Amino acid sequence: MKIIYDGSMDPKQAKALLGSLIPQLAAEDPDFIYLDADLMSCIGTLKWGKANPDRAIECGIAEANMIGVACGLAAAGFKPLAHTFGPFASRRVFDQVFLSGAYAKNDITVLGTDPGVTAALNGGTHMPFEDVALYRTIPTAIIFEPTDMVQLEDVLRQSKDLPGIKYIRVGRKDLPKVYEPGSHFTVGKAVTVREGKDCTIVAAGIMLHEALKAADELAKEGIEAEVIDPVTIKPLDKETVIASVKKTGCLVAAENHNKNGGLYDALLEVLAENCPAPAGQVAVEDEFGEVGPQKYLQERFGLTAAHIAEKAKKVMASRIL
Amino acid sequence: MDRKESAALKIKAAKIRIAALTAIHSIGSGHVGGSLSICDALAVLFGREMKTDPKNPKWPERDKLVTSKGHAGPAVYGALAVQGYFPYEMLTTLNRPGTHLPSHTDRNLTPGVDMTTGSLGQGTSVACGMALGDRLKGRDCRTFLIVGDGESDEGQVWEAFAFAAAKKLSNLVVLLDWNKKQLDGRVDEILPMGDFAAKLTAFGFDTQLINGNDVEALAAALEHTRGGGDKPYAIIMDNVKGAGVPEVEQTEMNHSIPVSDEQFARWTAQLKAEIAKWEEEA
Ligand SMILES: Cc1ncc(C[n+]2csc(CCOP(=O)(O)OP(=O)(O)O)c2C)c(N)n1
Ligand SMILES: [Mg+2]
Repeated sequence: MKIIYDGSMDPKQAKALLGSLIPQLAAEDPDFIYLDADLMSCIGTLKWGKANPDRAIECGIAEANMIGVACGLAAAGFKPLAHTFGPFASRRVFDQVFLSGAYAKNDITVLGTDPGVTAALNGGTHMPFEDVALYRTIPTAIIFEPTDMVQLEDVLRQSKDLPGIKYIRVGRKDLPKVYEPGSHFTVGKAVTVREGKDCTIVAAGIMLHEALKAADELAKEGIEAEVIDPVTIKPLDKETVIASVKKTGCLVAAENHNKNGGLYDALLEVLAENCPAPAGQVAVEDEFGEVGPQKYLQERFGLTAAHIAEKAKKVMASRIL
Repeated sequence: MDRKESAALKIKAAKIRIAALTAIHSIGSGHVGGSLSICDALAVLFGREMKTDPKNPKWPERDKLVTSKGHAGPAVYGALAVQGYFPYEMLTTLNRPGTHLPSHTDRNLTPGVDMTTGSLGQGTSVACGMALGDRLKGRDCRTFLIVGDGESDEGQVWEAFAFAAAKKLSNLVVLLDWNKKQLDGRVDEILPMGDFAAKLTAFGFDTQLINGNDVEALAAALEHTRGGGDKPYAIIMDNVKGAGVPEVEQTEMNHSIPVSDEQFARWTAQLKAEIAKWEEEA
């Protein structure tokens, strides 16, 4: 996998990508079908959706019903992608996803936009810090948290043909350029974006950018951080994590999520069972979201490169060498 | 109602519109359409119908307001500022770091906000619980519930309506903001809800259909809800999304829109001119 990260942002925003990719997938695959709950204009699909009411199913503000309908469409032979904001794509529809979806083996993809602090001015009611935790408890669920536009496109493309429940959490704004266009990702296979021997940092979604910035800062102090993009939080690539931690002897998880139940917990499980090592997290403490610009919220909840660098030094200091 | 009272309510509604726009303009954009459409209802609720005390916002016997379409926060904050629940200057902290005025109404942050909402549909059930709770506690007070027409897509809304009728919650007044639009466009295109008045009646409500952007019609309809009895009350407000600001009314997609300095100046000048006219009339 070729990494092209240089700190610059992709000029293409996720909203624009989703707005062009979803119609494209519908054009390519007659079984692909898209459902939304009155939020088409938020991901740029409204115009196309209105013109193609058999490919874009407008469900209104009725998310639980939308997931049930998606499951029925799956039973009828379709490959549904259902979109709404993250809290409604997880908490609000959990039982429908769990039972009508996973348990009944109706394979659907759920796209939850504006995870965590990316919900920004929509505030605490719209700011899911628990969606990963919820989806982790669903057998067969695959959880993606794309770190750049290339990955978002690939993940969206492949998820329609994957079995089980696929949950994609992604913001609608910008992400840095990380991967060479056309890169392909594999479920359960992490990518080591930056190699290092001193500390393992596993970072998902918007936190990968922060982790790479932290690695730059740490390098100035002679610390070589290894930065891993998990690609899928579930299933988690144990082998890559274990190999890295065996080398570095410590780990930091960075996630735009409550520290309970998400990536950090998943990683702790891997460490505890395979290679106990000092670990720490840069995640939201056990708190609710609140309103404000994303930049402010990242500071407020400690989701920044500076916090990652600090945590890295802390876990390194507690290594038993 | 005499001319004087009618003019006073119209003035209050215009002041609430100015206050809501002041809040939204201060952060550059927001839920303009759905905020403007309920300003007349808020003016009549706070100016005439509801038993409230801005100095004692947690008074247990007060009438309560649940704005289940919580994205209309700016309108509610506008009404609360006009009523003196908090300093007017606070309006320009909307959505700022550490604010007491978040985009969606929050009972733990804003004096005068009685319930936390924002996830559409949920306020309806909570309002039923509040009304039932007040009745069980023997409190002489009512709960007013503002619900969106798009919001009514949520099944939970209808679960709550069935519950309200089953429990004979005559101390609950539902004000349904039938402004014909939701986020992606027209209710009739997205998920047609049919005849709200007939539906609410069939659910067991004492239902009225009125022009909800007319303070006199609102006042009369709300007066009717004082009757007690064994049914919950519903007022279907035939509203215009963006009401009171012609340019917003005429904007087809007016759910969440920017408000420029120039627009803010022009719109508030229009509203102030109307206030001056009604002041003369009164
Ligand atoms: C459960 C839920 N789903 C989606 C949203 C996003 N959302 C906010 S407002 C809105 C449209 C609301 O339409 P309506 O109830 O008609 O409100 P109004 O026209 O009065 O603004 C949507 C979809 C939400 N807040 N909650
Ligand atoms: Mg509406």
